[in-house]
Amino acid sequence: MRYLVRRIGFLLVALWAALTVNFLIPRLMPGNPAEAIIAQFKGHINPSALKAIEVELGIGGHQNLFASYLQYFGNTFRGHFGNSTESITTSVSHLIAQALPWTLGLVGVTTIFGFILGTGLGAIAAWKRGRFFDNVLPTVFVVISAFPYFWVGLISIWFFSLTLNWFPTLGGSNATAGFTGWALVGDILVHSVLPAFTILITSIGGWILTMRNNMITVVAEDYVKMARAKGLRPRRILMQYAGRNALLPNLTGFAMSLGFVISGAILVEYVFNYPGVGFLLLQAVSSNDYPLMQALFLLITVAVLLAIFVSDIATALLDPRTRGN
Amino acid sequence: MRLLHQSRHFLAEAWKFLRRDKKALVGSIILLILLVISAFPSWFTPDDPTAYAYTPGIGLSWAHPLGTTSFGQDVFSQLMAGTRQSVMIAMVVGFFCTILSVVIGISAAYLGGIVDDVLSLFTDVVLVIPTFPLVIVIAAYLKSASFWTVAFVLVITGWSYGARQLRVQALSLRNRDYLLAARARGESSLYVIFVELLPPMTSLIVANFLGAALYAIIAASGLQFVGLANVNTEAWGTMLYWAQNNEAFSAGLPLWALAPGIMIAIFGSALALLNYAFDEVSNPALRPVRSSERKLHKSRRSEVAA
Repeated sequence: MRYLVRRIGFLLVALWAALTVNFLIPRLMPGNPAEAIIAQFKGHINPSALKAIEVELGIGGHQNLFASYLQYFGNTFRGHFGNSTESITTSVSHLIAQALPWTLGLVGVTTIFGFILGTGLGAIAAWKRGRFFDNVLPTVFVVISAFPYFWVGLISIWFFSLTLNWFPTLGGSNATAGFTGWALVGDILVHSVLPAFTILITSIGGWILTMRNNMITVVAEDYVKMARAKGLRPRRILMQYAGRNALLPNLTGFAMSLGFVISGAILVEYVFNYPGVGFLLLQAVSSNDYPLMQALFLLITVAVLLAIFVSDIATALLDPRTRGN
Repeated sequence: MRLLHQSRHFLAEAWKFLRRDKKALVGSIILLILLVISAFPSWFTPDDPTAYAYTPGIGLSWAHPLGTTSFGQDVFSQLMAGTRQSVMIAMVVGFFCTILSVVIGISAAYLGGIVDDVLSLFTDVVLVIPTFPLVIVIAAYLKSASFWTVAFVLVITGWSYGARQLRVQALSLRNRDYLLAARARGESSLYVIFVELLPPMTSLIVANFLGAALYAIIAASGLQFVGLANVNTEAWGTMLYWAQNNEAFSAGLPLWALAPGIMIAIFGSALALLNYAFDEVSNPALRPVRSSERKLHKSRRSEVAA
């Protein structure tokens, strides 16, 4: 129970910190970017949108920093992120709602799949300690995990789309073909293969390595020796004794590296023009759409914090030791 | 004299480590080559990397080993000239991240109490906020950020993982007898920290430096690739930016886009291999099993089975 309270407390502190950082960034930058943005928009967008940006950025001289900080919190909790400066008619929330399912599908599925596959391979590598599989696999993935995600994306476009013509190059689906029903699902899946492959191959090394290292520590424990001495079948020892215990720290690692995977996925979406949150973020950056940009940063952060919280709870459910004191 | 002896001892130890660990050896050799290139780029550039002087868009040839860009620049020369900035950003960010991690992680562990609580909470919060979106937003406000701005942003977002690891290790060393003895002798805190506490943590500190450098090269190249850093400088990431914006693949110039990525991958792999090797030093359980030990292990297992 105390563990739960502490994790909720941490979640709240982290959320507050993220909100504050998001509030302070445009105000603390050297050379007052807020003023520059207003100057840039004057005459190009309608006055009410300009007014909204002024309130957003807290300039105009009629408010002190603290008052606008409070107002910002109020707006954020009511889900008011203002209008996108690019497409005045659409609210930021609407744009985000369109992009979110794409990212959740792509990053969510590849992350879970990568976690399961990587953890399995890592456990086997540790189990076959010192054999060929264990000597080669970690080294190969140490090398691959150092590759930039976006570059792996570029290569796979070049090789699989442009050279072999196996997959479509860009986008999340073929909008002009007008597919419906299962044809549409199939089209979306075909478009997601290369981005998913890119994220999977660059992120799986981390899971393999941490699981392998956890397993090596666990296999040396007395209860594993005991299980061996009892003559249990190796598969049973691997799954029921060593694997389960080695998995726990990896679950915490899962949460930690989620932010890392999301960071990589942003650039993968950019390379593939995949219509998700990361692509939207970089579009917002290139069109100076600051309200959209900041709302997206906040959304990504909150999503990561919630995922970490969920994995904390899962750890508590699986590991009685965390509940103990 | 004593210093000379110590440094020779250190070199001998390092050599022994490299001979035993092939991963570390490969990583060090790559790193050394790249450092030499970034120190003396002009030795390795057959052509002026900034000149737009050659036939645009040619493939492999003797005159241009990796072809030319759509602007008529020599790809190989650009690659060599870009080494300096790419290696520098990794080293600079790695260095300052390590300093921050050591100061914050060790202070938290050594001082304990409320200081530890506050610093640990701070570290954990920085750790969970996804860094790259934050870096993108900051860079977007700064407009084509310079080398030092990019380095600064990467340092403030990249130190937390190391600080957390170092705190945990320092905590486990804190109550060892030799540290208690040093304190009982009445040594100053600075003496205890620098002479007694830090030396056993060297391999973890080095591993953290390498991890932060790896983060820096990947993140900086990503920023350059999307055009958020100054794209008119010579670096691998900016080469990728220009290649992508001129559709190098469709234009039949795959080497223009492949080569800088391969350089980033090679450099990153070198850092990752060394990092892995140093992790094995600080955690002996992870060291590779020798063939003799493996046989022993096997025979034990068959004994158990029998």
